[in-house]
Amino acid sequence: MRPELELISEWIRPGARVLDLGCGDGALLAYLRDHRRVSGYGLEIDTANIIKCVQAGVNVIHADLEAGLADFGDGGFDYVIMTQTLQAVRHTEALLDEMLRVGRQGIVTFPNFGFWRCRAQVAVQGLMPVVKTLPYQWYDTPNVHLFTLRDFEALCRRKRIDILERTVLDHAHRTWLGSRLWPNLLSEIALYRLSRA
Amino acid sequence: MPNTFPPDSVGLVSPQTAHFVEPLALDCGRSLAGYDIVYETYGALNPDASNAVLICHALSGDHHVAGYHEDSGPSKPGWWDNCIGPGKPIDTHQFFVVCCNNLGGCKGSTGPTAINPDSRKPFGPDFPIVTVKDWVRSQARLADRLGVRQWAAVIGGSLGGMQAMQWAITFPERVRHSLVIAAAPRLSAQNIAFNEVARQAILSDPDFHHGHYYEFGVVPRRGLMIARMLGHITYLSDEGMRAKFGRELREGTPNFHFNFDTEFQVESYLRHQGRAFVDRFDANTYLLITKTLDYFDPAADFDQDLPAAFHRAQAGFLVISFTSDWRFAPARSREIVRALVRAGREVSYVEIPSEFGHDAFLMPISLYHEALRAYLLRVAREVNGHAA
Repeated sequence: MRPELELISEWIRPGARVLDLGCGDGALLAYLRDHRRVSGYGLEIDTANIIKCVQAGVNVIHADLEAGLADFGDGGFDYVIMTQTLQAVRHTEALLDEMLRVGRQGIVTFPNFGFWRCRAQVAVQGLMPVVKTLPYQWYDTPNVHLFTLRDFEALCRRKRIDILERTVLDHAHRTWLGSRLWPNLLSEIALYRLSRA
Repeated sequence: MPNTFPPDSVGLVSPQTAHFVEPLALDCGRSLAGYDIVYETYGALNPDASNAVLICHALSGDHHVAGYHEDSGPSKPGWWDNCIGPGKPIDTHQFFVVCCNNLGGCKGSTGPTAINPDSRKPFGPDFPIVTVKDWVRSQARLADRLGVRQWAAVIGGSLGGMQAMQWAITFPERVRHSLVIAAAPRLSAQNIAFNEVARQAILSDPDFHHGHYYEFGVVPRRGLMIARMLGHITYLSDEGMRAKFGRELREGTPNFHFNFDTEFQVESYLRHQGRAFVDRFDANTYLLITKTLDYFDPAADFDQDLPAAFHRAQAGFLVISFTSDWRFAPARSREIVRALVRAGREVSYVEIPSEFGHDAFLMPISLYHEALRAYLLRVAREVNGHAA
C-alpha cells in the first residue's frame, strides 16, 4: 500500500479537505494528515476498521457507500478518494457520479484486470486469476466488478469524466517505463485523478 | 456495602454538595435564587486541570455514576460503573471524572422536592421547568468551583448526549471533546407523544394533587409506575424483548387465567420496573425532565440550522448509536453527524450492533467500549502528554 499512498499524496494539495471512501484502517488519511496537513473524513462500513481509525486519530464515519453520499453537500471536498474500493461496490456508476458531485476532484485506484498475469491465468489455465492485488477465489471475494484500464477509461469517456492524471504500478509496485508504454498489460494497480468535464 | 471492591472499581465513594448563592437566570424567564448541586468525583485532577471529564446523566440517572455508596449493596454500583474506573474505557487513572445530579432532579440537587424559601414548603409543581441549556450553565458554575476551565471531554448517553452537544455549542472554548451517545438533535413527534402519555399517567393519578402530593403524605404511585413502564418499553427493542421474555408465562402460571392478573413474564418485568422506580424517583421531577427533553432543540437558536449551531463549536465529536435503538435511532445520530460535517467539525461516528435497544448505551458491549476506549486514549494523550 505504501507506494500507492505516496503517489496519491503527491497529487494532493497541502491543507486540502478530503473524503476517503472505504478508508479501511485510516492509513491513507493518517498519512495525508501527517504529510499534507489535510482535514476530512473517512467512510467505512467495517466496525473493526472504524476502531482502528479512531485509534489512529482519523475522523471516521460509519457508512455504507452503496447508499450513496446523500449526507454530503455538493463540492464540499477538494478530493474524494477511493482506493481499491471501486471493484467492490455494486453501484459503480452511481458512486462515481456521487464522488464527483461531492468532490471537486476524484482519485480512484483499482487492481487492473488487464494485467498480463491475470490474462495468462485465464488464457492458459482457464481459471479465474488469483494474483497479489486480486488474492481471492472467485467464490469468496468482496469484488463484484473486475475491469481493466481500458474499460475504466471507456467509462470515463462515456460519462464525460476528465482524466487529469494517470499513474500505474507494476507488480513490484514501481512506476517503470514498461508499464508506462503498455499500461493495460504491465500494470497491476492503476491510479487516476478525475474531474467532471 | 461490599468489604472488598473489584480492582477496576473506583471503590467507596460519597457525594458532595456545592451550594451556589448567585442567582441562576433560567430560559423560562424565572431565576433560581440559590441552589445546591450534588456531585461525585473520581480520579485526580492533574496540575493544569486539563484532565477533567464531565458525565451527564439521562432522564432517571443521577450523580452516582460509579463505585459504591456506604449503604449500597455489592450488586448496586453507580449507573455506569461498567465504563468508569481504573483501566475502564473512562479511565480514572487518566481522568478526573465528575458527575452531578441536574437541577430539577430528586437526588439531592435543588428540584421539586426541595423547600421553596418563599413558601417554606416543597416547590412541587412550582419548581421552574429547566432546559438543557440551564443545566449546562449550572454545570459550568460547578466547573468553575472545581477549578476546571476546560473539560477534556463531556460525555453522555440519551439526554446526557444532548447535554454534551449543548456544552460544545454554549461554551465552545470549554470543551475539548464531546461524546454524544444514543442521542438526537431534538425529539420527534413520536418521542414527544410518548412523553405526553407518561405525563398524563402522572397528572391523572388521584394522588397527584396538582403536584402538591407531599403535603398529603402520598405519592402518585400508579401514575409514575405507568409512566416508567411505558418509558421502559421504549428503552428496549422488539427483538430484545422477544429474546428476554418471548411469550413465556411467569412461574406458577401453567395456563391462562382469563383475567387481568400478571401472566406473561414481560408484564411481571414491567410491573417490577415500575414499582422499583416509584420508590426511588419523584413524579414532579419526572414531569419536569420529560419537558426538558421535549424542549431541547439547539438548532432553534440558529434559525433551525443545526450546522450553524455546530459552527461555533470547537470540540472534537464522537457520535455513537445502536442498531436496535428506536427511541433515538441511528438515523437521528446521523442527523447530528451530517450537521457536524457540514459545519466542518472533527467528528467520528460508529453504529454499534446491539439488540438492547436504547438501553444499549448503559451496557458493557465490547465493541462500544472499545470505541470509547480508543477515542478517550487519544484524549488522555492530548491532556496528559505521552505518558498516557
